[in-house]
Amino acid sequence: MYEFNYQKAGSVADAAAKVAGADDGTLMAGGMTLIPTLKQRLAMPSDVVDIGQLADLQGISVAGGKVSIGSMTTHDTVANSADVKGAIPALTVLASGIGDPMVRNRGTMGGSVANNDPAADYPGAVLGLGATVVTDKREIAGDDFFTGMFETALDEGEIITRIDFPVPTKAAYTKFPNPASRYAIVGVFVAQTADGVRVAVTGAGGTAFRATEMEAALNANFSPSALDGISVSADGLNKDIHASAEYRAHLIGVMAKRAVAACG
Amino acid sequence: MPRDDGIGASVRRKEDFRFVTGQGSYTDDLNRQGQTYAAFVRSPHAHATLNSVNTSAAAAMDGVVAIFTGQDLLDAEVNGLPCGWQVHSKDGEPMVEPAHPALAQGKVRYVGDAVAVVIAETLGQARAAAEAVEVDYGVLPAVGNMTAAKSGKAQLFEEAPNNQCYDWELGDEAEIDAAMAKAAHVVELPLVNNRLIANPIEPRVAIGDYDTATGEHTLFTTSQNPHVIRLLMGAFVLGLPEHKLRVVAPDVGGGFGTKIFHYAEEAIVTWAAAKVRRPIKWTSDRSEAFMTDAHGRDHETVAKLGLDADGEFLALKVQTDANMGAYLSTFAPAVPTYLYATLLAGQYTTPLVYANVRAWFTNTVPVDAYRGAGRPEATYVIERIVEEAARQIGMDPADLRAKNFISPDAFPYQTPVALEYDSGNYAGTLEMAKQAINYDGFAARQAASKAAGKLRGIGFSAYIEACGIAPSAVVGSLGARAGLYEVANVRVHPTGSVTMHTGTHSHGQGHETTFAQVIAERLGVPIENVDVVHGDTNNIPFGMGTYGSRSLAVGGSALAKALDKVEAKAKKIAAHLMEASDTDVEFKDGQFTIAGTDKSVAFGDVALTAYVPHNFPHDELEPGLEEQAFYDPANFTFPAGCHIAEVEIDPETGTVTLANFVAADDFGNIVNPMIVEGQVHGGIAQGVGQALLEGCVYDEDGQLVTGSYMDYAMPRADNLPNFTVDTQVTPCPHNPLGVKGCGEAGAIAAPAAVMNAVTGALRAAGVTKPIDMPATPSKVWAALHAS
Ligand SMILES: Cc1cc2nc3c(=O)[nH]c(=O)nc-3n(C[C@H](O)[C@H](O)[C@H](O)COP(=O)(O)OP(=O)(O)OC[C@H]3O[C@@H](n4cnc5c(N)ncnc54)[C@H](O)[C@@H]3O)c2cc1C
Repeated sequence: MYEFNYQKAGSVADAAAKVAGADDGTLMAGGMTLIPTLKQRLAMPSDVVDIGQLADLQGISVAGGKVSIGSMTTHDTVANSADVKGAIPALTVLASGIGDPMVRNRGTMGGSVANNDPAADYPGAVLGLGATVVTDKREIAGDDFFTGMFETALDEGEIITRIDFPVPTKAAYTKFPNPASRYAIVGVFVAQTADGVRVAVTGAGGTAFRATEMEAALNANFSPSALDGISVSADGLNKDIHASAEYRAHLIGVMAKRAVAACG
Repeated sequence: MPRDDGIGASVRRKEDFRFVTGQGSYTDDLNRQGQTYAAFVRSPHAHATLNSVNTSAAAAMDGVVAIFTGQDLLDAEVNGLPCGWQVHSKDGEPMVEPAHPALAQGKVRYVGDAVAVVIAETLGQARAAAEAVEVDYGVLPAVGNMTAAKSGKAQLFEEAPNNQCYDWELGDEAEIDAAMAKAAHVVELPLVNNRLIANPIEPRVAIGDYDTATGEHTLFTTSQNPHVIRLLMGAFVLGLPEHKLRVVAPDVGGGFGTKIFHYAEEAIVTWAAAKVRRPIKWTSDRSEAFMTDAHGRDHETVAKLGLDADGEFLALKVQTDANMGAYLSTFAPAVPTYLYATLLAGQYTTPLVYANVRAWFTNTVPVDAYRGAGRPEATYVIERIVEEAARQIGMDPADLRAKNFISPDAFPYQTPVALEYDSGNYAGTLEMAKQAINYDGFAARQAASKAAGKLRGIGFSAYIEACGIAPSAVVGSLGARAGLYEVANVRVHPTGSVTMHTGTHSHGQGHETTFAQVIAERLGVPIENVDVVHGDTNNIPFGMGTYGSRSLAVGGSALAKALDKVEAKAKKIAAHLMEASDTDVEFKDGQFTIAGTDKSVAFGDVALTAYVPHNFPHDELEPGLEEQAFYDPANFTFPAGCHIAEVEIDPETGTVTLANFVAADDFGNIVNPMIVEGQVHGGIAQGVGQALLEGCVYDEDGQLVTGSYMDYAMPRADNLPNFTVDTQVTPCPHNPLGVKGCGEAGAIAAPAAVMNAVTGALRAAGVTKPIDMPATPSKVWAALHAS
């Protein structure tokens, strides 16, 4: 780890000001991604601005057909929230499958979404539910948020404050974990929403994406068998020592069917 | 009534209080007055010439105390790291044994090879300066695996033109080929024993210290064998005599073999501490551990088994390539030869066995012993090919094994591969394991899985290992450059409490409890009054450390011998006190008695008399009650048993679930059943890890792909079912405690059991081409998909 200034933000505005005022400032949420990066000397920020404890960014509310989750809400809080479970049980399933208890008690939804690791789980939910990412400056539609591997629509210094998830009719998330890291090799989020079926795939590509052919088939017939015969192309999918692109393409089909089945 | 703290009792581990309350004293917990910190400059290239190493900018940085390079070591006449075992090729030539400099000289040969060391006031300063050392590398083509090494794409050493270290054989090839030609069935199987990274939870740490007043050097290190390190580093690398070199290995957080070896960092901090006249601490971080701890396994084998028409084994022929990595680590050459091929008879009467082993240098970190060392590789070959043979000739795999077992009345049994097995009952453990897993119910369970769209398989592994390493004369004749006896010192204090010093080392095995139980049993003192001390060359006479499941079989035998001496002397003192002849004295439950009389003296009174010798046979005995014994074993010990795995495969994803795992082991007599069970559980977990999860990958260019837990899959609790483990006792006939050793059995047996189950399940789905470990979902799916 290189030396840096640690600053604790008093408010969202204060955080933005502290990052803007630093030579090379960075936000820290739960630190579960940032701290290992610092420890491996892969990043050298001048200032780390801690927003993890900001009260404004905590909490879960369910109202008006949507679940709003403060960006600094930990995975563990989401996993154990009766409110979330009542409205979108798939989200609690997803959160409880992230990492291990230590990671879930530190890592946050905002940190995960801002980081946009191609193998992360939450991008599947943001895209699969058509969520809205709310920042200190604006609202960004989930469909426009994930722009590439580790890249998002966020501007420099822009802070995610909460994420609004519309409550679907039914939804499920099925994850095929990497045997080593337990991140998603393929994760598929399926939701039946007021605007039709959404199928979001994470882990398989450079960033989460929607499987539109599957969505069309499921709009016609919401059952696992509707996906028979739909094959996802392996072109452009990730490949590594754990899974070839072909295997990932195959798993998308398997996980999608299982997610549809899990929707009940 | 047997003691509740003696031999055979599941005494709770004495050492665990300090471990579970965070009060263990590991090397990194130690801090010396005035301590500095070391950081290493390591090669990012697998193979390169070192054109120049410029340290001047780094040396001028804040807090830097000193920087040393390979040239500095050369100038100071610091030698390279020695190899402890010399193997000869079949043509009689000694193995190629290139120099292994502690800091690279002229060339780097693997990613992580150390180029320079920076010593600074703080760790941050040391790391910052290490990044500022300018190294001009001339990048060379690299060989990241054995196939590449054989291709000659790159050459590591001038003296090894084909990157070959040795070409060794055991047995008579012509004879075996003739036998094979006459066999009714010949089964051939290619097998890869995947490369593993040991991953003890505590990374390596070394602290060097130098006392200017006494001229004594001290090394605190994470070692399984401090005396071996003192021997190798003192005599071979630094030229320091034993009386001026102290090596301390305090609490060590797991070793699994990778902490046996003498590493460069140990020699460098010891040497440099005297140069800078300050203590120096080096602590490996996890990434460094992945890159620089010696790895394990990494064999490629083609095995051939010849059987007669009735399924009797006639001949086994094995051709193995073994990866040595970029340099020869301490015991590396012995692992794929004397610790491997000599076990290829397994539990069977196979009359002819031949092995040819070729060892290769590659641009990867050195490979050496890892839990089981050679014996897991042998078991994997035998038990995979026996299972394959059963499938090909259509015989039940348990029956085929039983048919070929060495029978219980055939011991001692001379195998065709040099070893003489001491005792065993292989049909006993096979039967025990079959019962435990309900073998007869397998077909029904398989049908139930099938109905649920799953594939089910069952696999046996009837393993044998040679432990209790080892008779010095035997290993000496095979090329070992050390003896492998053990030492115990029993110090009875005046009030009858006991401190025992052992040359073995505990890094998770529970010696402080097991050895204390032996003492409690023999001397009749409560276990709380016994302390077992290990790990410091200054207060332990000598010792060869802990590996090869040797501690109880060899170290415990030394202890038993020392206790014999204590008892003999104590009897003489007791006889004096009771005014009787020592030949009439009986000793039981801590009381000395004379048969047929009511005379008795307690052990504590004898101890006190030994140290307060007012009424003492001075003309016959010296005061005091402390005895020491060296024990050199008469033979190896041969733990054996049978493990059975049952797996279920999800054909849609290729995921293998270990549905059940049973182990029936014969470790001879057992001192602490709970500790033995724990050792077996841990070993099985590692064996399952090798079979289903773990695999070290270097790419073509020698870059380590699995350099963190993001890519290197360790077994976790949810990968494992509840194990059913049980033991049978066939005592070892040639050591005083009748013990055989249990530390490695799980890791030796489990991989073949699991892979036999996986390949069996796949075979039922039409996949006949065997797959290699680890049987990851993607590999299993690909095999199913291709068929
Ligand atoms: C062992 C381990 C296992 C894991 N397994 C999984 C898994 O299975 N699935 C999974 O999805 N993830 C997994 N993770 C990642 C985990 O979910 C992290 O918590 C998450 O990626 C980052 O969240 P954080 O709160 O820790 O963010 P931090 O590490 O603090 O920050 C991450 C990045 O986001 C930026 N950032 C943080 N908050 C904001 C904000 N409000 N607005 C804008 N930018 C912000 C930071 O500047 C930083 O660049 C794992 C992590 C670990 C260490």
